[in-house]
Amino acid sequence: MASSSAPLVIVGASYAGVQLAAAARELGFDASIVLLGDEPHAPYQRPPLSKGLLAGKTGVDQLALRGPDFYAGQGIDLRLGVRATALDLAAQRVRLADGSQLGYGWLVLATGARCRPLPVPGADLQGVHQLRTLDDALAVQQALGRCTRACVIGGGFIGLEVAAALTTAGAQVTVVESQARLLARSFPASMSDYVAAAHRRRGIALELGRGVHSLLGSQGRVEAVLLDDGRRLDCDLVVLGIGVLPNVELAREAGIECAGGILVDALGRTGAPNVLAAGDVANMAQPPFPGCPARMRLESIQAANDGARAAASVLVGRPQPLGAVPWFWSEQHDLKFQMAGLPAADDAVVLRGDMDSDRFTLFYLRDGAVAAAHSVNRPAEHMLARKLIAQRAHIPPEALADPAADLKPYSIPRPAG
Amino acid sequence: MPTITYILKDGSARSIDARTGASVMETAIHHNVRGIDAECGGSCSCATCHVYVADDFIDRLPPPDDMEDELLDGVASGRLPGSRLSCQLTVTPELDGLTVRVPETQV
Repeated sequence: MASSSAPLVIVGASYAGVQLAAAARELGFDASIVLLGDEPHAPYQRPPLSKGLLAGKTGVDQLALRGPDFYAGQGIDLRLGVRATALDLAAQRVRLADGSQLGYGWLVLATGARCRPLPVPGADLQGVHQLRTLDDALAVQQALGRCTRACVIGGGFIGLEVAAALTTAGAQVTVVESQARLLARSFPASMSDYVAAAHRRRGIALELGRGVHSLLGSQGRVEAVLLDDGRRLDCDLVVLGIGVLPNVELAREAGIECAGGILVDALGRTGAPNVLAAGDVANMAQPPFPGCPARMRLESIQAANDGARAAASVLVGRPQPLGAVPWFWSEQHDLKFQMAGLPAADDAVVLRGDMDSDRFTLFYLRDGAVAAAHSVNRPAEHMLARKLIAQRAHIPPEALADPAADLKPYSIPRPAG
Repeated sequence: MPTITYILKDGSARSIDARTGASVMETAIHHNVRGIDAECGGSCSCATCHVYVADDFIDRLPPPDDMEDELLDGVASGRLPGSRLSCQLTVTPELDGLTVRVPETQV
């Protein structure tokens, strides 16, 4: 175990950073812990920002990630509004924005990601928002009051969640997606088509396969989105949801190897001694599930939490590499999407249930084993799928396709307790 | 304020004065009760806020809706008659004295 003289310094105080600090303490790590967050807010939950908060169902006071006494109670020195600006790996020191330096015994980079900017004229107009932080969400929420027509640029999960929430809040919403279908990075065509139809049925207009030429405004405020086919979509609010860029600069400038994120093994170890990384910034070696790539940077709470737990195990000398099936969820309108595992283009796809009923699961089979599952309003099938993927279960496609067939016998049960 | 008691994995009990209107999960997170993970933040998506409700309260709670009922079938520690997702249990004055037990594992 690290000596108590030099602290564990965690750069980044969102899911990965907080989970790592908490897990370290649960595992008995007894050196001091300094948790640096560059936002002014105490660590908060991000999923409700694009869902319940915008729709008015979740209040700001419900967002705290931990209770106010947690940090002091666990001996975690939480410092807010503090930015790390450089690393000195040889001297094991972090330089902060105020010029001071902080020595570390262990360093964790949980610096997250930032929104990808839209590189077109007019992107800096007032009324053009992104959605990543609490302040971003509060700004959109404030703008909603005087918004009648909104344009969401980007038909990924964040864009579609925002579009659904803005619709619930009373705005007329158009989603512009440059690819020919929605969620093309995560879903096969049949699922993309389902999602498009579901949003259209709920009043959202979609512009698929369309680029944005520019954003038009007057007196500094956005008034319209000009599409690449010359059409103009009038709107008084624009929200960008075109993906994120991992915040690798601290690591890269210090010479730590990065490629699509900070490269780490299944324990969160970077190429530098005593430097770990977790969360959205980490391109992490993955457990060998069917269809899972050798490594990936997975933007999800599960990946942040499980990556942080794996990294925390290194601190106490009892390494427990990442072993969980990747999963994440999304809420759009009355639809709860739950995704388990990672499908590949050549997987066999089996539909269980009826897409028109908004209750179904798509199972993906690779070499006969369940590799992934995408569920809509089928939480039990999602939970079961996570077990089946972990157990590399083989299930006859006829059974998967029959909603009346019980799938539980195919998984190995765990005892109650 | 209604008092909610959480029985932790080590068998110890923590009694908390809960705010009416908060969920049993939110109350636990706010007071740092260990063993309730709530990875999805209370959107009934992850089944990591599973608790076992004490027998005498099972019938005094509104029954689980379809979504919760389905998720309970997939909890990491097995489902028992008192199994509930604590994010779906809203604290009311009538729940004063509610006792819930934290399961062995949530993931």
